Amino acid sequence: MTLLSRLFLYFVLLLAAFYALAPMWVMLSTSFKTLDEIREGSLIAAPHAPTFAPWLKAWGTACSGVRCDGLKPFFLNSLVMTIPSVLISTLVGALNGYALTHWRFRGSDALFTMLLVGCFIPFQVVLLPMARTLGAIGLSDSVFGLIFVHVVYGLAFTTLFFRNYYLGVPGELIKAARVDGAGFFVIFRRILMPISGPIFMVCVIWQFTQIWNDFLFGVVFAGADSQPVTVALNNLVRTSTGVKEYNVDMAAAIIAGLPTLFVYIVAGKYFVRGLTAGAVKG
Amino acid sequence: MISTPSADRWLPKLVLSPTLAASLIFVYGFILITIALSFTESRLLPNSEWAGLERYEQLFDNDRFWTSAQNLAIFGTLFIVFSMVVGLLLAVMLDQKIRGEGFLRAIYLYPMALSFIVTGTAWKWLLNPGLGLERIVQQWGWTSFTFDWLVNPDKAIYTVVIAGVWQSAGFAMALFLAGLRGVDSEIIKAAQVDGASLPTIYRRIIIPSLRPVFFSVTLILAHIAIKSFDLVMALTGGGPGTSSDVPAIFMYQFSFTRGQLGVGAASAVMMLMTIMAVMVPLMYAEARAGRDR
Repeated sequence: MTLLSRLFLYFVLLLAAFYALAPMWVMLSTSFKTLDEIREGSLIAAPHAPTFAPWLKAWGTACSGVRCDGLKPFFLNSLVMTIPSVLISTLVGALNGYALTHWRFRGSDALFTMLLVGCFIPFQVVLLPMARTLGAIGLSDSVFGLIFVHVVYGLAFTTLFFRNYYLGVPGELIKAARVDGAGFFVIFRRILMPISGPIFMVCVIWQFTQIWNDFLFGVVFAGADSQPVTVALNNLVRTSTGVKEYNVDMAAAIIAGLPTLFVYIVAGKYFVRGLTAGAVKG
Repeated sequence: MISTPSADRWLPKLVLSPTLAASLIFVYGFILITIALSFTESRLLPNSEWAGLERYEQLFDNDRFWTSAQNLAIFGTLFIVFSMVVGLLLAVMLDQKIRGEGFLRAIYLYPMALSFIVTGTAWKWLLNPGLGLERIVQQWGWTSFTFDWLVNPDKAIYTVVIAGVWQSAGFAMALFLAGLRGVDSEIIKAAQVDGASLPTIYRRIIIPSLRPVFFSVTLILAHIAIKSFDLVMALTGGGPGTSSDVPAIFMYQFSFTRGQLGVGAASAVMMLMTIMAVMVPLMYAEARAGRDR
């Protein structure tokens, strides 16, 4: 490749990187500006006199719907909802994947195919019956209802992840352990668990991003006080009393995105590696 | 000989049974209930009185439903095509032994971590006709520049494409890049010995061998497009008016804010059929190609 075409290559790649970063830059700089500066200054300029006021307001006092105590309570809702949902669905998915690969029985492949359908349905097709069901078992308008829904509809994905991963574990290993008298759970704990690190990372990151970022289940099933942060953010941006405060909107959007960005920056490497390996294998 | 203790004979089935039950009830059972609802008189409350195809007639007579279907076709096609083209180009360029590849890759990918609500909120501000992109280009000297797609009923759906591609192109790039890394380097060397140029090698050898990756990417992007609800809600709210409605919003509003359960259920069934119409032929073609390989 000539030097010129190589330079061109780097130019295009940097341009694309600039395009990917620009919205985040604008969000960040807007969130530190005063409203006057937003009205008079330039969209992409750095703030002249950075102010934390929009962040404090987005976190503690901005109005989202009828409540005016910022994103904080809803951020906590999201945490309380996401952590148990991720852990439960991942653990059950690991056991499912293990049973489906190393303890096959008649119909276990058909069972897997059947579960897989759950990955592809548009959730709109289960919303109405689920709303009634949550009401009937007393879980509507609560964080517990959301945990329940996220676990139920996360299982297809977590089972798929672990099943594909455990397919690569040699059956001889399991057989040898069984000859030695190890049972179902002992083999899982002693042999499968210690080698599950990479897929555990993929599964946890996937589930965390999916559940934290969910909007549909949150807006349909949560009550005013159990809303996740995504729903609250959407309400906050739409609740306008008088002047539209773009700086507060941007600070709120960044707050709502921080946990997944953090997870992604810290552990994203493992996620992409594992996910692409799995997805490309098909 | 393995002597299976009796507990191990039923333990795997016991472990799987809650998931099996959940799938039977909350996936298959609920789909059947939704289909049943779409044939009833249900309005504000579920009602078991048979209505035949009335709800579907109502749905098909509704202009708003057709607007939303048309928007989904526009958004889905452009979103999938642009995400794939941008993703593939970036992957091919990153595959040329680029310095700082890991860093660039992380930058292209980070939008994927964000919620569509966050992305929508950000782009709503960027595309704001008074204060956003339009004004900055005007400040740069093109004083007659206008960019009002966000509030233009004919153009609003394209802003959803812009934000959607921004969020998902990096993901397509990651999948393509993983596929490119899996291509046998011997074949490429052989082609180079035969005097094939780099573009020819990509066009004739490498890209055709990425077939399974194209399949995965299409499947995932199509799925995101058909489910698209949060992005449209945050960016345009379906507006101006109902001009950027998509079926997911139609379903939500008829079911939960307008008290038309039957019509909502019918539109959900149509969404399921659309996904099946896309997925089933794709999976069938892929399964057949897999057997031929």
